Amino acid sequence: MFEYIIKRFLFAVPILIGVNLITFALFFMVNTPEDMARAQLGAKQTTPEMIQSWKVENGYDKPLFFNTDATGLDKVQQTLFVQESLKLFAFDFGQSDSGRQISADIQERMGPSLSIALPTFIIGLVTNISLALLIVLFRGSRLDTVTMMVAVAIMSISGLFYIIAGQVLFSKVWHWVPISGYTEGWEGVKFLILPIFIGVFAGIGAGMRWYRSIFLEEMSKDYVRTAKAKGLTDIKVLFGHVLHNGMLPILTGVVVIIPTLFMGSLIMESFFGIPGLGSYTIDAINAQDFGIVKAMVFLGSVLYIIGLILTDISYTFFDPRVKLS
Amino acid sequence: MSFIWLWTDILVWTLVLVLIGAVRSIRRSEQVRKQWFYILKSPVAMSAAIILSFYLLFALLDSVHFQYTQSETTTAEQSSMVALHDQGVLSLLDVMLPHLRTQTERTYSAPFATHEYSTSLSYDESGAVSQVYRPLKFGGQHWTGTHTILDDVMVKTAIPFLFSCAVIAIIFAIHLGWGFLQTRGNYIDYYENQSKPEDELPWGAAYLTLFLLIFLFSWFFYLSHFYHVLGTDKVGQDVLYQAIKSIRTGVLIGLLTTLVMLPLALILGISAGYFKGWVDDVIQYLYTTLNSIPGVLLIAAAVLMMQVIISNNSGWFGSTEERADLRLLFLIFILGLTSWTGLCRLLRAETLKISQVEYVTAAKSFGLSPFRIIQKHITPNLMHLVLIALVLDFSGLVLAEAVLSYVGVGVDPTTASWGNMINQARLEMAREPMVWWSLFSAFAFMFTLVLAANLFSDRVQTVLDPRRNN
Repeated sequence: MFEYIIKRFLFAVPILIGVNLITFALFFMVNTPEDMARAQLGAKQTTPEMIQSWKVENGYDKPLFFNTDATGLDKVQQTLFVQESLKLFAFDFGQSDSGRQISADIQERMGPSLSIALPTFIIGLVTNISLALLIVLFRGSRLDTVTMMVAVAIMSISGLFYIIAGQVLFSKVWHWVPISGYTEGWEGVKFLILPIFIGVFAGIGAGMRWYRSIFLEEMSKDYVRTAKAKGLTDIKVLFGHVLHNGMLPILTGVVVIIPTLFMGSLIMESFFGIPGLGSYTIDAINAQDFGIVKAMVFLGSVLYIIGLILTDISYTFFDPRVKLS
Repeated sequence: MSFIWLWTDILVWTLVLVLIGAVRSIRRSEQVRKQWFYILKSPVAMSAAIILSFYLLFALLDSVHFQYTQSETTTAEQSSMVALHDQGVLSLLDVMLPHLRTQTERTYSAPFATHEYSTSLSYDESGAVSQVYRPLKFGGQHWTGTHTILDDVMVKTAIPFLFSCAVIAIIFAIHLGWGFLQTRGNYIDYYENQSKPEDELPWGAAYLTLFLLIFLFSWFFYLSHFYHVLGTDKVGQDVLYQAIKSIRTGVLIGLLTTLVMLPLALILGISAGYFKGWVDDVIQYLYTTLNSIPGVLLIAAAVLMMQVIISNNSGWFGSTEERADLRLLFLIFILGLTSWTGLCRLLRAETLKISQVEYVTAAKSFGLSPFRIIQKHITPNLMHLVLIALVLDFSGLVLAEAVLSYVGVGVDPTTASWGNMINQARLEMAREPMVWWSLFSAFAFMFTLVLAANLFSDRVQTVLDPRRNN
């Protein structure tokens, strides 16, 4: 088990290097160290000497991929790509354009992000699965057809609409909750209710359909027929057998998401003024702060890979046939 | 007048040619024809298909661009058209709806309004200052005040209603006549060969949808001569015009992205599944890596880079249209490059399965080249997966455009798109009373398209997915 996990983590390294290569290519080819120096020093009266000294100061005076001046292993090591990547692997993201430490910013903003993403995820999961189980009980009936129609309609509405309509109705017209904002602790709950509710509601359509199809597929299997032949009621079959066996496909889709919850939601956070990682990213994109965007890309990839590994591990808990080796 | 072919125009017409080719080949294959017959047999799918083709029609009309040169603009009307548009680049759709584009107001006005939405300062002859709602320049100018606006609209609804009835009657007559011609030549053969006559398709639903669409369009078209049916935006532009112009952007992003994604997914997915070994390892590594980067961030990063390139090389682009068009094209490319991984993984798994089947083994032992085997035996058996993935992706891409525009990495701000409409209108939410019509129009147009696409893709999946055939 332990060996397997370590092995999986080692497999993750080439993927992360690949991610680095892509982001590095994207950012450094266009936004060269010269451009960065010019942006940092201000556009006025930048002499080549000033740019050169800025580059030396910040460690950007090395070639991109291959250092012809160095010898031995240093030929590859003393390059911008390796130096930058090593920094990223140590979670040292450097400074943002405003001069703040990106790593510190990220740590600070993870909390607010999670305070929205985690409840949305858990409540959404429970709601979707319960609704799907309920609708599977009524499969084939008119209620089933109508509910699925409604689900398609919910799915077809842009997420932006839910947010805007929710803000207008609950905040502007009815004044139930504040329109946006954030504070720490229990005081902040009033800010979180609306985004969480909207997040859950917007996901119901797709979620319900997805879980329903999983359960329906289980329902058509032989063990269900056997259980029914024994005289078990629909409800007992559903909760005793189908739910348990349906866990496996559910886990495949769900566990991957859990680590990425840390990243927050871009749109939710910026609409509701939550100082999390999502709004951090949006602000960085709008201000063209490449350092932050690069850090977020790397962080997102790391979290996704952790999610993949967690998925594999979680299989062993729900499916005794799966043995990790 | 000279035609101007923007890059996306060329691509979308290429796609139309490909689609026509596909339809021709479908007609030849008995099995595929039957599948499509079953897809369209559902009334919901039929209506959805008609709505989708309506949207496609608008997108295509908006994808033929031409330019009036100054010497040719002889009439006063034409020269005013050119003057209003900075470069004079117009599309066929613009020419069909000239009044919508040119009749701009000063600022916000509500749907069917006769006066501006907010008061402005006014000086009368004596020099006294007062706050008044100024009358609109175009909206409701015929209105004399003898009856209410509602009555006026009701009366004016009669003409589009009669018009659409007439159009439907003509279409129905052509349909009947066509069927008659088909059967008269070989009456007995027709009914023997077609044990399921064509009339089994849900024509009722089809005609109802068609009637509603034609009626809606003619209603908007006719009334827009008298009112701003969906209001005007901050700079006085007609919202209906913006919403209609946005159709092209939405449909193009949905369609052309698949054009970029498809070759990548097909080639890489099939070669990974068929050749296995190191090819498989490399391709798997490639898509796992791409997949592990959060989609929005990858798109954002790429678009940021593109913005830098564009601003550094502004000399590359002739006009604002060309720049906006290239940006749209680039966005489509990025979306395509980031969204092929899912389909690729599916195709790889399916190819792995198919290449174990006896007929592939037989083909191999006959000494067929891998190329022929893939072309003749594997690709045709993957087509249902491809089709399902394409129709499923379409609605997601249309919705993604709005989100990306909100994040600031979508299409060019000068391009008409639902995302840009929402983004601009969002800033006016705090206004009291609210300016709701821009948001409403963008969401309504988007919702209709996405709903139709979702319903259609549902049906395609039910018919084509072997796992759901029970």
